[in-house]
Amino acid sequence: MSGNIILRIVGKLFIPFIILFALYVQFHGDFGPGGGFQAGVIFAAAFVLYGLIFGVEKAKRVIHPNVLQTCIALGVLLYAGTGVAGILLGGNFLDYGALNSHDPVHGQHLGILLVEFGVGMTVASVMMSTFFLFASRGRPS
Amino acid sequence: MSEIINLSLLLFLSVLAVTIARLRNLFAVVMIAGFYSLVSAALFTVLDAVDVAFTEAAVGAGISTVILLGTLLLTTKEEKAPERWSPLPLIVVLITGAALVFATEDMPAYGDPNAPAHKHVAPRYLEDSGDEIGVPNVVTSVLASYRGYDTLGETAVIFTAGVGLLLLIGKSFRFRDPDGE
Repeated sequence: MSGNIILRIVGKLFIPFIILFALYVQFHGDFGPGGGFQAGVIFAAAFVLYGLIFGVEKAKRVIHPNVLQTCIALGVLLYAGTGVAGILLGGNFLDYGALNSHDPVHGQHLGILLVEFGVGMTVASVMMSTFFLFASRGRPS
Repeated sequence: MSEIINLSLLLFLSVLAVTIARLRNLFAVVMIAGFYSLVSAALFTVLDAVDVAFTEAAVGAGISTVILLGTLLLTTKEEKAPERWSPLPLIVVLITGAALVFATEDMPAYGDPNAPAHKHVAPRYLEDSGDEIGVPNVVTSVLASYRGYDTLGETAVIFTAGVGLLLLIGKSFRFRDPDGE
């Protein structure tokens, strides 16, 4: 598909905005619809689009599969780690109020931000890995 | 007005579902399945479930279409025609559908404030989440904070799916070969 100039140009134009929108959905999830899950999927969609237009090998050069594998685990660890941090600071597991000793509401904000970021990281990495795995599997045969 | 929109969207969904069942060209099936998700997302928006609609549009119409297309590369373009027509699937579908329609009779009306779902913990979330969590989107505060444990489980499910896929068909999961990649 990389020979098609319209696809290439439109793809190049759109990909930054897709990523920007993913980040907006990620960090604006507290105020509007959306959150880590949706943001992760949209973020992955940008790279899937890139992979579809320019080829999977080039997309793999942008984000190496090993980085993705690390991020899959890192997202869950960030989520669970936020919960454990709550225990260490004297609250319950996943009790974000304990994260800020002065104002529990600020702790909640911080906790939700971290947790959503963890969800987004895992979802985006899993989706991109899935795409890379399937797409590079079809190539040789 | 909202009834007309709901009815036409539902009609559209059933037409798409029948089309998917009847088509044999798998590429067209994947595309119409994506379209089906998009129409369901529109239906969720009409029902004021914006977060669900968002997820449906992103996952159902976006990513799963791409992943199904990737799967299509590994298989044939056409579905094999069944060798002989069997009434069994149709009977199963009709009985299940009839049971579901029968069950909706007992469900509370849409938006009924006395529905059990609105009587249990929902009022507390709606009234207190502003002071306790301070996040304007109650869906986010329920998902990430009140029900944080559930969301952790969901993330673990996605994690498990990714790891399972890597173990099953991932080549790069091997330890680094001595002769480069």
